[in-house]
Amino acid sequence: MGLPVTVSQIIIKELEDAGIGFVSSVPCKQLAGVIKGVDASNSIRHVPATREDEGMGLCAGAYLGGKRAAILMQNTALGVTINALATLIQFYRMPLPMLVSYRGEVGEPVACQVEMALHTKALLSQLHVPTYHFHNPEDVRELGAIIDHCFMCSKPVAVLMDAHFWKGQGE
Amino acid sequence: MKRADVISAAMQVVTDELVICNIGSPSQELHAIRDRPGNFYMLGTMGQASAIGLGLALSQDRPVIAIEGDGAVLTSLGTLATIGNNPAPNFTLLVIDNGSYGSTGNQPTYTRANTALAQVAAACGCENVVECEGKDIGVVLQRALSSGKMTVIVCTCAPGNAKSPVIRMDPVVIRERFMNEVRSENT
Ligand SMILES: Cc1ncc(C[n+]2csc(CCOP(=O)(O)OP(=O)(O)O)c2C)c(N)n1
Ligand SMILES: [Mg+2]
Repeated sequence: MGLPVTVSQIIIKELEDAGIGFVSSVPCKQLAGVIKGVDASNSIRHVPATREDEGMGLCAGAYLGGKRAAILMQNTALGVTINALATLIQFYRMPLPMLVSYRGEVGEPVACQVEMALHTKALLSQLHVPTYHFHNPEDVRELGAIIDHCFMCSKPVAVLMDAHFWKGQGE
Repeated sequence: MKRADVISAAMQVVTDELVICNIGSPSQELHAIRDRPGNFYMLGTMGQASAIGLGLALSQDRPVIAIEGDGAVLTSLGTLATIGNNPAPNFTLLVIDNGSYGSTGNQPTYTRANTALAQVAAACGCENVVECEGKDIGVVLQRALSSGKMTVIVCTCAPGNAKSPVIRMDPVVIRERFMNEVRSENT
């Protein structure tokens, strides 16, 4: 891969360095580069999910099996994951880094995406999910510490990554 | 035969397999019939046991059985496609198809009418799909476990719940006990 240059490549390196061995995902345009990266990774098993709550089930299983697991998803899917978050990940106290493409923020071309953006932080806050917002590309340097924090406290932790953060690098 | 009889017969052939069980009466019956550290009771959401089971099977070597219900499979039909496209040779999905949402009062599911889950599973790419009746589950499960191939078993039985107490174990204890069991065998 050479020197990591795009934020997507840095994210892959941070995931690998944090010992993440299992990733489930449902695509978002902004996550395309990261998804390509997990597919290419030798140390990460990527299992695409058909829906994000299923992805959380897969991650929970991987964690029970001794792997560090993470999920890649779009914030529009937060609604379908609430049940899985509350009754699986939180109820059984499991760590789960959620790398969330934060659609509907400034720079968003699709009006409908704004509707879920309005609820994203409120829902995460209501669920007591520690939430971090990456807005500038250099924020990606926090990812390793956030993943460590997630496994330290055994909670789902959300990282919201908005359009300004990706700046066209998601392709 | 009802679900509890199927679980009972299935647990007769279970030795060191890890078992992930569907919410509600299935978990309560399994807990009453044979509680063990290698059981993980999914107490919250229907439709998650198959995904948890697959993730577990793909992440370690021990055989895994996910005990699902027909209602649970219907609510997460997409998971059959995920299973069909990510086969784990150590994974067995046992769908106990009682044609009903048993735990919530035996309301009929669509498998009692026009929907055949075995065909859905096959169309989703699951290569080894076996249909059986409750009375044959011991033999069928034993065969699946020794086949070395991922198998989906759709086992039909009559609706009805056995009287078994609610599971009062703390979820973190269930999870920790289970993970210790996984670790102990893998080292
Ligand atoms: C997402 C969700 N919706 C509804 C329920 C309520 N509920 C609990 S068990 C159950 C029936 C499940 O039926 P099935 O999977 O066929 O299992 P059975 O009890 O028949 O063995 C329902 C609807 C739930 N727990 N989770
Ligand atoms: Mg049922």
